[in-house]
Amino acid sequence: MTVIMGILEEGLIYAVMALGVYITYKILDFPDLSVDSTFPLGAALTASAILAGVSPALTLILSFLAGALAGCVTGFIHVKLKVRDLLSGIIVMTGLYSLNLRIAGGRANVPIFTQETIFENPFLAEHVPAPLSPYVIVLILFLITLACKVLLDLYLNTRSGYLLRAVGDNEALVTSLAKDKGMVKIIGLALANGFTALAGSVYCQHKGFFEISVGTGTMVIGLASVIMGIQLLTPETGTSPFSSVFKKELRPTTAVIAGSVLYKACISAAISLGLEANDLKLITSILFLIILVVSTERRKKVKTHA
Amino acid sequence: MLKLNNINKYYNTGTVNEICLFEDFNLSIEEGEFVSVVGSNGSGKTSMLNIICGSIPVDSGTIYIGKENITHMPEFRRLRRIGRVYQNPAMGTCPHMTILENMALADNKGKPFNLRRGTDKKRVDSYRESLKTLGLGLEDKLHVKVGVLSGGQRQAMALLMSAMTPIEFLILDEHTAALDPKTAEVIMELTDQIVKSKHLTTIMVTHNLRYAVDYGSRLLMMHQGQAVMDKAGREKTAVKIEDLLERFNAISVECGN
Ligand SMILES: Nc1ncnc2c1ncn2[C@@H]1O[C@H](COP(=O)(O)OP(=O)(O)OP(=O)(O)O)[C@@H](O)[C@H]1O
Ligand SMILES: [Mg+2]
Repeated sequence: MTVIMGILEEGLIYAVMALGVYITYKILDFPDLSVDSTFPLGAALTASAILAGVSPALTLILSFLAGALAGCVTGFIHVKLKVRDLLSGIIVMTGLYSLNLRIAGGRANVPIFTQETIFENPFLAEHVPAPLSPYVIVLILFLITLACKVLLDLYLNTRSGYLLRAVGDNEALVTSLAKDKGMVKIIGLALANGFTALAGSVYCQHKGFFEISVGTGTMVIGLASVIMGIQLLTPETGTSPFSSVFKKELRPTTAVIAGSVLYKACISAAISLGLEANDLKLITSILFLIILVVSTERRKKVKTHA
Repeated sequence: MLKLNNINKYYNTGTVNEICLFEDFNLSIEEGEFVSVVGSNGSGKTSMLNIICGSIPVDSGTIYIGKENITHMPEFRRLRRIGRVYQNPAMGTCPHMTILENMALADNKGKPFNLRRGTDKKRVDSYRESLKTLGLGLEDKLHVKVGVLSGGQRQAMALLMSAMTPIEFLILDEHTAALDPKTAEVIMELTDQIVKSKHLTTIMVTHNLRYAVDYGSRLLMMHQGQAVMDKAGREKTAVKIEDLLERFNAISVECGN
């Protein structure tokens, strides 16, 4: 039971970030490496802000805004300075590393165990009945993730959201609509990194500390979740296991969240097979490789069927 | 009025492949004119349209719409008053969005792309009506992703989408080339209807000499970056397909093949 709860908690935290990666990778078609630094950006900002007495819930919004700003910088470098997508992300990622350290007060590790967080505060202590308390963390995470998902779904169905989807699909059409495709990309990157930093903030409050290296591999985790969720649950052609059972297509955002939980389950399974926590990044990358290879295999099969 | 003055355009500048496509190219199109453009492959038709729309920069020369110099205006600003259908059918629609979503996108051109609903439910019927004019049955597939449509179906949709909102210019690059003969006929009629009802200044590139002769108020033949034939008014009405063919042949003899 605790294992399952652990997987759910981790999966839901990273799901918010995976939604961000879904925006860049799937919608914008932009491999954005800056998420590796905006995740710790959210964490650093949250740790410092909470220590300074800012309300934990407010840090979520602050982190989102900070991440969005960083996303704008990546977008600006790519769109206005015409640097290649991958490199723009790397530039921001590298630069933010130092900035994150500064935000954390020059320390690579900032504990906030004793502070109030969105998971531990007098309000919850007072209002949550005792039998529910083991589930309260998962519940809160679920609500946050759900809120992000619903907001993103709503946004993607607005005029602005349509434009965002269009720019990754066919840039020329956005230009035909007399809109600056560069601006649309910047908005997308801002949103994506906003979500990522928000996830970083949740992560920091959940773990009770900020640590400078928490961001390493964020993009890989996000990509793995996105590809796993989308490929397994919403294939573009043919039927997914989900659609054959429920006679309905799953929304991609839901699939991404499921993918994130699934991915954490795989990691957890790998660790329970006897691999150590030190091997985590190795497991992460190998699992990612497997997912990539399997998903291209599947795609090939779909193509030859068609 | 649209005016290209002394346009020079080189490709691959500074490399061994450098070619001069346009040298002191001039063109003036009156308001309300419907110009059909013919010419062999590589004669510079698409490049001319790209220069007008700002998809590619010119090396020198100026471009005017009316009294406004638009030579350095970015492409997306120019396209505000221009509707364009590209030679490549994939460029006019979004494959991962549904037919309905594509129509709604096009319908929002010129309006702010804010947080209002992407698809206005009240407009759906009118989208259905205009899709019906294509005669391709697309009106019954509103929720189908455009990516699964054929190239011709997409190109037909692209025409509808390009002229959905108020524009002044319509730029068509072989927009019937991907269509079967019957559909091409339907789309060509529809084009003429749109141009007339909206009083659009139109440039239509085509390899179909009959369309070039039958439609439009002016005819341009391009060759190696020059307009080698330019007929308007009664002269244009008198042009026959045979005249065009003859001219084509004369040109290729000149070129030594
Ligand atoms: N981006 C480019 N880089 C280099 N050369 C180019 C480029 N675009 C066009 N050209 C060259 O310019 C010439 C004119 O090309 P353009 O596409 O305008 O021809 P076209 O008249 O539209 O031909 P088609 O009938 O085949 O569409 C060709 O010789 C082509 O090779
Ligand atoms: Mg062409």
